[in-house]
Amino acid sequence: MDAIILQILNGLDKGGAYALIALGLTLVFGTLGVVNFAHGALFMLGAFCAVTFNKLLTLEKVTVDPTQMTAWGSPMEVKTPVVEAWLGEFGKVLVNYSVPVSIIVAIPVMLILGIIMERGLIRHFYKRPHADQILVTFGLAIVIQEIIKHFYGANPIPQAAPAAFAGTAQVGMLLGLGDAIPYPWWRLIYLFFSLAIIGLVFAFLQFTTYGMVVRAGMRDRETVGLLGIDIERRFTVVFGIAAVVAGMAGVMYTPILPPDYHMGMDFLVLSFVVVVVGGMGSLGGAVAAGFLLGILQSFASMNEIKSIIPGIDQIIIYLVAVVILLTMPRGLMGRKGVMED
Amino acid sequence: MSKIIINRRGLLKAGAVGGLALSTPMHFIRGAYAADQSCNMPTGANVVFGFNVPQSGPYADEGADELRAYQLAVKHLNGEGDGGALKTFSSKALKGNGVLGKKVTFVTGDTQTKSDAARDAAKRMIEKEKAIMITGGSSSGVAVAVQSLCQDMGIIYMCALTHSNDTTGKDRKRYGFRHFFNAYMSGVALGPVLAEAYGKDRKAYHLTADYTWGWTQEESMKKSTEAQGWTTVNAVRTPLGAGDFSQYLTPVLNSGADVLILNHYGKDMVNSLTQAVQFGMRQKQVNGKNFEIVVPLFSELMAQGAGDAIKGIYGTANWDWKLDNAGTKAFVQSFGKEFGAPPSQAAQTAYAQAILYADACERAGTFFAPAVIKALEGFEFDGLGNGKTVYRAEDHQCFKDVLVVQGKEKPKDKYDLLEVKKIVPAKDVTYDSKPWGGDLGPYDAKTCG
Repeated sequence: MDAIILQILNGLDKGGAYALIALGLTLVFGTLGVVNFAHGALFMLGAFCAVTFNKLLTLEKVTVDPTQMTAWGSPMEVKTPVVEAWLGEFGKVLVNYSVPVSIIVAIPVMLILGIIMERGLIRHFYKRPHADQILVTFGLAIVIQEIIKHFYGANPIPQAAPAAFAGTAQVGMLLGLGDAIPYPWWRLIYLFFSLAIIGLVFAFLQFTTYGMVVRAGMRDRETVGLLGIDIERRFTVVFGIAAVVAGMAGVMYTPILPPDYHMGMDFLVLSFVVVVVGGMGSLGGAVAAGFLLGILQSFASMNEIKSIIPGIDQIIIYLVAVVILLTMPRGLMGRKGVMED
Repeated sequence: MSKIIINRRGLLKAGAVGGLALSTPMHFIRGAYAADQSCNMPTGANVVFGFNVPQSGPYADEGADELRAYQLAVKHLNGEGDGGALKTFSSKALKGNGVLGKKVTFVTGDTQTKSDAARDAAKRMIEKEKAIMITGGSSSGVAVAVQSLCQDMGIIYMCALTHSNDTTGKDRKRYGFRHFFNAYMSGVALGPVLAEAYGKDRKAYHLTADYTWGWTQEESMKKSTEAQGWTTVNAVRTPLGAGDFSQYLTPVLNSGADVLILNHYGKDMVNSLTQAVQFGMRQKQVNGKNFEIVVPLFSELMAQGAGDAIKGIYGTANWDWKLDNAGTKAFVQSFGKEFGAPPSQAAQTAYAQAILYADACERAGTFFAPAVIKALEGFEFDGLGNGKTVYRAEDHQCFKDVLVVQGKEKPKDKYDLLEVKKIVPAKDVTYDSKPWGGDLGPYDAKTCG
């Protein structure tokens, strides 16, 4: 029982990340009709917003101490933190909470990056075949990766969760099952964070006039245009919102997975499978498939399952995708007519 | 007194005999010259070394450090810079005038830590850029693949960072040489230290990267810890590059194990260790003992990636820049002055391999590959930073001291993350190569075919 609850939590946690990335992918595909292979890079850029913010907060003043020498005979560099020296205790608190605080930085940065990406490159490919869109966005993802690698190196850069959330929560105690189910606080926070973001995106689309127009545009772009609404401008903003969602997912994931330049690519393929299983263009489908595949992946990794079907943990997602597409060709909640021409 | 009568017939006979006599030594010389031709022997004033390192992909930082070390080695071989560890190297064959009087130049390839890409890069350097040797790599999969290619093409391959037993075990090759230590040595060195630190009544759970290095590391650690009285609760294979290891870590929590052994390297190790610590494993008590995590193979760059999670964790290393010996000091001083940071163990093994190849050519007096191989086989040396070392002839594995290291609790800076806890002498990690299988293959010289 303990093992099953732990794997459900793992699956929900992993599924939260898949769902957030898949949600952005689906938003872009549903509005602009673009298959954006650079979306994983946006997740990675979000994570590097957290890295950069932390680096700024931990900037050090370097002075040379001629009395101490390095092993290679140069004078030793003495480094003193600048922000902490300026801001005192508040500086320490800021450094401790740098990951959640960096969301404030990431939102405008990702919004601007998303809009630049859409206006500068992707809009030129709206009327081109999907193969062209995939090639150009994949190329863009590689360029972004290489830029990040140039400035930050290839090695993962660890980011600590705030000290107050560094330990584990006794989930078993909360469920009356004893102390055998410890689960990291930060992973629980990530799960609730992803649920909150998903809720906000749905609320925005469902309950605001702006969202209503976007949804109408997703259904019938031409008619909305004929009504005198500049739907393209709205879709550009939607691209920016998708970038912000991916970026925030990346920021909050940094204490779980030390970010490196390749982390977006690691998630991208799985997220595309999530989108396809959920149904192309279906936001609800993307979220449902994200959590479903996350949980199935976790269960398939259990020793009891692996002892019956060796290697199942490595293929489960693709196996489920094949089964779902054979039985439900449009995916779990796919709309009729999307990518069927 | 006899008269020498020279007539036409006598002159013809003498001419024939003389011609035969004169042509005979030439025939042997010509034959010997033909036999001394191996792939890409230099004809001009330069000799080309091929440095095949990961310049992109997950080990690019390690590759960059290897490349720095190779560039430094080339400088030292050509008599530039401060000479580095050439000053302390026990062999005095190298004179700082290149190799056999030819200036060393180099070409580079990008392995991308992918076997296919690494083979393509090595092939290009051999066929198009006429590299006489190939060295580098940051993965056992790459090392085994490139070593096999080099055997086929008759080019000596001096492996850099490869730790799988297979490289000089079942996949050993006559043209391949490994300076780095291996998984078996890590196990033998680490087992007794772990038993001393954590006791002999321990239950271990292994998480293992599912490829050649992971398998041999797991096997070696199982053997060495079980010999100390530990039991193995479970050994689970994890896919390479899994990213999130939570689904593999949670079963450990209630498995009854009190030690987690992470047979992971690189990004996988950074992720699995970080996440194991997040799951509270360092604070956990099992069977009345503190739960412990062990990482059999460490590198400084990985320690930087893992951050605080590395503190107190035991592992092994091939070399550490803080070692107190003349070779290490000379190399660190030279590298630090050039690049402003101490070298990693990947850099040290890369530097040593370039120097060892060049030295073998000098000692053999030729670039002819079979002669250079014979000069390396059984070669005993000192002064490159690892103490007394021997390149064993039967499997081309270097035998030298192995370091047991532990993550420092209070490091001074990002280069001071590991503390050397014990230096295990070479004789304690030496083993019989026969049970490992494998066949080195022939010495036959090839013409890059």
